[in-house]
Amino acid sequence: MAEHRLQFLKLGAIWLLLLAMPLWLPMIGGYMALGTRVVVLGLAAMSLNFLLGFTGVLSFGHAAYFGLGAYGTGLALKLFTHSTPLAVLLGVLLGGIAGALLGALIVRRRGVYFAMVTIAFGQVFYFIAFRWNSLTGGDDGLRGFERQPLDLGVWTADILHKPMLFYYFVLALFALGTGAMGFLLRSPFGRTLLAIRENERRARFLGIPIEQHIWLAFTISCLFVALAGALNALLNNFADPTMLNYTQSGEIVIMIVLGGIRSFWGPLLGAAVFVVLQDYLSSLTTNWMSFLGAIFVLMVLFFPRGVLGMHWPGMVRTIIDRLRQPRTHSGGRSA
Amino acid sequence: MTDLILFNVTNGLIIGAFYVLMALGLSLILNLSGVINFAHGGFLALGGYVAYTIAPYVGFWAALLISPLLVALLGLIIERTMIYRLYGRDPLYSLLLTFGLAFIFEDVTRAVWGAQGLPFSVPEFLSQPLSSKFFFITEYRLFMVAVVTLAVGGLFLFLRFSRLGVRIRAGTFDLDTVSSLGVNVRVLRSFNFALGIFLAGLAGVLAGGQLSLEPTMGANLLMPSFVAIIVGGVGSLPGTLLGGLLIGVAAGITTVFWPAASEAVIYVMMAVVLLLRPRGLLGEEGLLS
Repeated sequence: MAEHRLQFLKLGAIWLLLLAMPLWLPMIGGYMALGTRVVVLGLAAMSLNFLLGFTGVLSFGHAAYFGLGAYGTGLALKLFTHSTPLAVLLGVLLGGIAGALLGALIVRRRGVYFAMVTIAFGQVFYFIAFRWNSLTGGDDGLRGFERQPLDLGVWTADILHKPMLFYYFVLALFALGTGAMGFLLRSPFGRTLLAIRENERRARFLGIPIEQHIWLAFTISCLFVALAGALNALLNNFADPTMLNYTQSGEIVIMIVLGGIRSFWGPLLGAAVFVVLQDYLSSLTTNWMSFLGAIFVLMVLFFPRGVLGMHWPGMVRTIIDRLRQPRTHSGGRSA
Repeated sequence: MTDLILFNVTNGLIIGAFYVLMALGLSLILNLSGVINFAHGGFLALGGYVAYTIAPYVGFWAALLISPLLVALLGLIIERTMIYRLYGRDPLYSLLLTFGLAFIFEDVTRAVWGAQGLPFSVPEFLSQPLSSKFFFITEYRLFMVAVVTLAVGGLFLFLRFSRLGVRIRAGTFDLDTVSSLGVNVRVLRSFNFALGIFLAGLAGVLAGGQLSLEPTMGANLLMPSFVAIIVGGVGSLPGTLLGGLLIGVAAGITTVFWPAASEAVIYVMMAVVLLLRPRGLLGEEGLLS
């Protein structure tokens, strides 16, 4: 019962913070686009974690689907539609279908091998975006599109010129994506994924079609990563090939690990830490890549369980206990 | 037309030789330690830059040997201090660690030697074309092919006939048994890691003379090397050799007909191989999968 209430409180706190972000973010020196970026990349990280943390399959090539979502949305807006939601839908479908097709090819691979194949396949889309100049703008990136105001019948939401409205648009889709994933994880399907993560062989002996489940988890994860990519394209009104590159995949993975791989909401926190740090470091020094690399290394060597994965309540309790206790051993009264 | 194809096939073989050196090193480390070394390209670039820096003092020939050795030493230090901690853990962690290292390598290389490409001059007598008709077959290219052949041949002989080499191959199949037979697996893995890095460093020096030195030169070779390993079959070094040459030539031929697709074609090859023969051309089923 208490456990349940704690969960409820946590969820309430997270959503309160997200909903009120336009209020408190300027107070601590942030700006709306930065907050939107956190939510967008948080969605990307949470979607990949659906696969990585909850199915136990290591994909290191998710930037491809992130980028496909972005390019799909950007191209749709540029070439044939003025409807932002339709463009987002097309981007999501592009990423999802590509994920479904490639997923079918790689679903039998495991572990390091799976990681390698996903990275390598991810690069195909990078080279297509990089080389197909006439369509994608090549190295310079895709320009010439803008997110369009939302026509809600009685009222038109100008998400192009009002960053706060766009933030709520992003947050609504974020809610949709995370809600769907949370729901799936609570369903029998999600429980089966956990079973596969914990012990694939045993799950197979129980008659669970492992490959089908992993393929489905992969595709779902790609769909929502593509959604995040679509939102990212709308945020910048721009898409460039580096969004598809494997370094982008690595960044999404490190957000997950930063936040805690076994936690549903952890990757959002990881994304927040990463985005803010990147924003800060790149304004401070041109050698921010070294700092970013150092974060990767230190993270892996010293905090492999992530910020949320560490036992914070336990740590805090220990510290409080230490402070409360009379310092008998450090040479005080008793000596 | 025949000339053009011949020209591009030669180009493909040359670039394939780089893939081979790089992919063999990656394969060695992957097979024995289960680590995908993302920083491999960083080591390669470093090999080129170190050779560039020391060549004026020690000459080209010494640099060709000393630079890879220095880079291998650095690899050994990194393995001994960081990477060994992650053996046997979820591959996610070694991936992220080497990924971070790759970032640092690239950034440090750029900070020390600059982002602009540097020309690495090879000895005069190596830079002449053999004939005016086959202008693309320079002596340096022949020399490069000879060095790569020597290195790869040496590696295979070493793995086949030396005690250490046999242990490395045995460890690929069953490290626990090798360990219980009294082989010091920690030392074996460290040596194997350094050997892989040595090959990367060597590739770096050779690539420096052929292309030019750039901080991203190694990172650009990383993905094709992955493809070479997968096409050839994970776990098989001859497979990696075959895969590297195959994709090099395939990319070379594609350049003739459709230059824009020359990078993407190797991934298409990989997809076809995975579809028709999931374990790769010479791979064994069940290893690392």
